[in-house]
Amino acid sequence: MEKMATRKAYGQALVEIGSENQNLVVMDADLSGSTMTKEFKKVYPERFFNMGIAEQDLYAAAAGLALSGKVVCASTFAMFAAGRAFEIIRNSIGYTGANVKICATHAGITVGEDGASHQTFEDLALMRTIPKMTVVNPSDGVSAKKLIKQAVAMDGPCYIRLGRAEVPVFYEEDADISLGKGNLLKDGKDVTIIATGIMVNEAMMAASDLEKEGISARVIDMHTIKPLDEEIILKAAKETGKVVTAEEHSVIGGLGSAVAEVVVKNCPVKMAMVGQMDTFGESGKPDQLKEKYGMTSKDIYEKVKSLF
Amino acid sequence: MNTKELEQIAKKVRVDIIKAIHAAGSGHPGGSLSAADIVTALYFDEMNIDPANPKMEGRDKFVLSKGHAGPVQYAALAERGYFPVEDMMSLRKLGSKFQGHPNMHYVPGIEMSTGSLGQGMAVCVGMALANKMDENPGRIYTLLGDGEIQEGLIWEAAMSASHYHLDNMVAIVDNNGLQIDGKNDDVMTVKPIDEKFKAFGWHVVVIDGHNFDEILAAFKEAKETKGRPTAIIAKTHKGQGVSFMADDPGWHGKAPNEEQAKQAVEELGGEW
Ligand SMILES: Cc1ncc(C[n+]2csc(CCOP(=O)(O)OP(=O)(O)O)c2C)c(N)n1
Ligand SMILES: [Mg+2]
Repeated sequence: MEKMATRKAYGQALVEIGSENQNLVVMDADLSGSTMTKEFKKVYPERFFNMGIAEQDLYAAAAGLALSGKVVCASTFAMFAAGRAFEIIRNSIGYTGANVKICATHAGITVGEDGASHQTFEDLALMRTIPKMTVVNPSDGVSAKKLIKQAVAMDGPCYIRLGRAEVPVFYEEDADISLGKGNLLKDGKDVTIIATGIMVNEAMMAASDLEKEGISARVIDMHTIKPLDEEIILKAAKETGKVVTAEEHSVIGGLGSAVAEVVVKNCPVKMAMVGQMDTFGESGKPDQLKEKYGMTSKDIYEKVKSLF
Repeated sequence: MNTKELEQIAKKVRVDIIKAIHAAGSGHPGGSLSAADIVTALYFDEMNIDPANPKMEGRDKFVLSKGHAGPVQYAALAERGYFPVEDMMSLRKLGSKFQGHPNMHYVPGIEMSTGSLGQGMAVCVGMALANKMDENPGRIYTLLGDGEIQEGLIWEAAMSASHYHLDNMVAIVDNNGLQIDGKNDDVMTVKPIDEKFKAFGWHVVVIDGHNFDEILAAFKEAKETKGRPTAIIAKTHKGQGVSFMADDPGWHGKAPNEEQAKQAVEELGGEW
C-alpha cells in the first residue's frame, strides 16, 4: 500500500485550496518545514505569516485575522497548539467562533525520537471540551485532504489533528468522506471497533485476524470526534453488542470517552479502549513505541478478545 | 581552569555530540555545537557542583531551556564525570536514559526536564526565588535559544526575575542568529536582544560565545552584579567547529551520516 503522512496531504490541500480561495491565510510558528505549510508559503508568500516561536501569539493573531474576514489555517506541533495555546484557543477562537482551522501536526506517539515532551495524548480531550469546536483526526492522506477542504469550507473553529509518520493510504480517491459522519469500512456482527487517526488501519488488520478466529468485527473510521456521529455508534452498539475504541491518544478524554458517553446514555454495552494508558511517552522509533505503549493491531485484537 | 584546557574539553564535548547524534540517526547538532563552549565553561569552571554528589546541598544549577540541545548537556556531564561517555551513545533509542530532550528523572545532573521552549527560563525564576528564601548560595543558570526568546513566557519570566531582584540568576542567550525556518531576522526579528533585557531591568553583557576569556569574565561580572539578574548575550555560530554545519539552518535538526560524522570528528581533532 502507498504510504503518506497526513501532514503531507495537508501541505498539498493548502496549495489547492489557496488557488480557489483568495481569502485563505496560512500561519505557522517556526515549523513550516515540518507542518508542511511551507508548500503554501512557496506559492502564496503574501498570504503566509510566520509568527516565530510564539504559539500563543500565533492563535490569537489567527483569531484577529479570522474576525476580520479571513479564513485561517494556523499550524504548529499538536503539543504547542492544543497545549501551549489552549486558553487562547478557548477564549479567542472558541468563545468568539472565529473561523480558524487549528491544523496541528506531530500528534501522538509516532512523533518518535523527540520523546515525551513532544508527544501529546491530550489534545483531542482538550479540544473537544471547547464549545463550538469541531474536532477532526483523519486516518490517511486521502481522507485528510478531503476533510481539510471541508473544514475550510465550513464557518467556525476546527481542530485538525495530523501526524508526522508515513501511514498507509487505504481510501480510494473517490471515497465518500464527510465531516461529522463516521465511515463504515467493514461490516461485522459480533463486535465493533471504532477507531480514529492512524489506529484505523490497525483496526482493519485486527479485524482480519479476528475473522480467522470466527469473530466478525465491524470497523468504523471515526475521523470526526466532534460533532460525533451518534447514529452510527448506537446502531453498532445495538447490532454487535460490544464496542472497542482505538486511538493514538490518552484513553482519558478522547475518542474512547466520547463514544462511552454516547453508549452509556443510550445503549450500554461492554466496552474496551485502546490508547495511551495514562502515562507519558519516550524516545524511540514510532513502531517500537506503538508496540511498547499498546497501540497496535495486536492490542486491538486482544482487547476485543477480552470482551468475549 | 585555564582557557587552553577548556578549549580541549569543548572539543571532546563536540566530538561526543557528533557521535551520539550520528548513532541516534536524528537530533539537533547545530544548536548543540553553538552552545558547546558556554556549557563547557559552566560545568568545568563556573558552577559549584559535584559529579559524585549530583544532589549536593547548595549546588549551582543549570537548566537547558533550549532542550533540543540535550546532547551538549549530556556530553558536558559525561566529560565532567557524571557517567561514562559511552552511555550517551544510546541517545534517542527506546529505553535509553538519554531522551531526545533531557529528562531530570533519568540522568544525574539534569535539574529540569525541558523540550518545550520558554519554560526552562521561567522555572529558573522559581528556583532562584527558592534559593533566596532558603538563603541557599546556589546560583541558577539557564541557556536560551535566540529563537526561543520569541516566546512570550521568556519576557514574563524576565519581568519577574527583575522584579524580585534575582541576582542569583543568569540567563545566557545562544545568539547564533538561526532557528528552524531560517534566520531570526527573516522569521521574527528578535533584535535588539541586549536593549530588550536592559529595558526589563537586567544587567546585560554581550560577548563572543566561543571565546573562553570572555565567557568566564561575563560569569564573574554576573556574580559581582547585585540586585538584578544578568543576561549574557553570547554571539555564536550554529554548528561551530564543523565546517559544513557552520551557520547553516539545514543542520538544526538533522543527523550526520557516517561519512559526515567521520569528517566532523576529524575536523574536531577527535578519533573516529
Ligand atoms: C514551545 C515550543 N515550540 C516549538 C518547538 C519546536 N522547536 C524546537 S527547536 C526550535 C527552534 C529553536 O531555535 P533557537 O531557539 O534559536 O535554537 P538554536 O538555534 O539554538 O538551536 C523549535 C521551533 C519547541 N520545542 N517548543
Ligand atoms: Mg538560534
